Amino acid sequence: MADRKEIKSKYTADRQIPGAFEGETVTRRAFMTTTGQVAGGVAAAAFLLPALGFAFGPVFEEYHQPWQVVGNTEDFGPDTYVPRTINLTEGIGDSGKSTVYVRKFNPRVDQVMKKQDEYNNYIAISTSCMHLGCPVHYVNAAQRFICPCHGGVYDFVGKVQGGPPVRPLDRFYTRVANGKVLIGPRFSVNSELQRFSPRDPGEPLDGVGQYLYPSTPDLRKIPGTGGSQ
Amino acid sequence: MAKIKVPAPPVPDQLKPKPKRPGKTYGPQTPVEHGAEAGASAVGWIDERTSLSGGARWMMFRKVPKGTNWFYTLGSATMFAFLAQAVTGVFLAMYYDPSPKGAYESIRHINDDVFLGEFVHGMHKWGSSVMVVLIFLHMGRTFFFGAYKYPRELNWVIGVVLLILTMTMSFTGYLLPFDQRSYWASIVGVNINGTGPLVGPYLNDFLRGGPYFGATTLSRFYSIHMLLVPGAIAALMGFHLYLVARLGTTAPPWLKPKTAEALREEEVSA
Repeated sequence: MADRKEIKSKYTADRQIPGAFEGETVTRRAFMTTTGQVAGGVAAAAFLLPALGFAFGPVFEEYHQPWQVVGNTEDFGPDTYVPRTINLTEGIGDSGKSTVYVRKFNPRVDQVMKKQDEYNNYIAISTSCMHLGCPVHYVNAAQRFICPCHGGVYDFVGKVQGGPPVRPLDRFYTRVANGKVLIGPRFSVNSELQRFSPRDPGEPLDGVGQYLYPSTPDLRKIPGTGGSQ
Repeated sequence: MAKIKVPAPPVPDQLKPKPKRPGKTYGPQTPVEHGAEAGASAVGWIDERTSLSGGARWMMFRKVPKGTNWFYTLGSATMFAFLAQAVTGVFLAMYYDPSPKGAYESIRHINDDVFLGEFVHGMHKWGSSVMVVLIFLHMGRTFFFGAYKYPRELNWVIGVVLLILTMTMSFTGYLLPFDQRSYWASIVGVNINGTGPLVGPYLNDFLRGGPYFGATTLSRFYSIHMLLVPGAIAALMGFHLYLVARLGTTAPPWLKPKTAEALREEEVSA
């Protein structure tokens, strides 16, 4: 009973361990155990970390949407939308394509931004519903965008008028070069139509929304084009 | 009826059965007897080198409580549904092409051209629903029979993880036929993931392998569907079964334990 309470010396030599030398505090058994575990850990990390980086890499890799010609400037009027097909992803055929609705800037309905810039002369509306990403279509008679999945309705400028969507329809930067209208990267807008870095559908941008649903490093708006981050 | 004695045909000496050696009367003697014992002796050969029979006996010959009934087979039924998915899935992978340009065409080829292709694909497709239904019935049985209580809480937790993994299988497998329905359902499903605050946007980019549904999204889903999650399910299912054997099953709730009074009377009368 008495030896159980006995405090062992930290020196192996004092503990009568065979082969101990003076000043040694780590037993060979403990040293081998630690070495074995560290070696195993290093070996596992050597394949796990690169593999995880490989799988998660695309999340942090910025994607650059190329500018694409969608037509001549005279193809688009200010009062209705013209559907055009663009490539969101190259090389995967039809599944990489998406429809955008394009029209000329209309001072009667579009609010003039404080800093009116070159990207705003034509309005290109994304067809991805801001509820969960189904494809919306523009109904000319009603001047509304309608989503077939869960009944989302947007007005002429893409603001939510009814149903479950959480923010107005996303837009694309547009610019004019040599009489052609070009469509560039996508950006998201809040209910005041301020530009934000692109978010996925279902992620609100009003109030705390922009902080609860941060933009991801792989898709950014063009720097210095208004709005918040 | 008199037996007719047919004279034995002349057989060369080396083919005649050897007379038994004195003292060696056990075990199979003739080739026929050896043949009949082949299965047992193969099992014996393996068991002598692995001692697996002890574990198998521990697993298979357990005491089960009185009142065990058909509801207790729902777990095994789920496991067999999983095995059917695994087997049909492995063979579907022989014809499937997980590329955005080839996926739909390869599924069409499986359904229309490959011998029994539509049947095997159908088993996999409908079998997934069967597995989901069975796993919920199994969960309901466990819940209503109170089989999640001490000491089986960990097995309940593992079961819930298995349920989530099964849902992951359903979600990632839904995209693979790559028709309009699976494409848009996956878009919607990924965006539902995105509505999780803070992590949602990153989870989306991880699932798609980028900001948009891209060239590697399909192969990503395919890899998760056929390698990552099935491995995890198989491993957890093994642990789930180990705990069932270790802890035993519960009696149905309508069988009340004997009261102390009844036990005492039993003792007295004995």
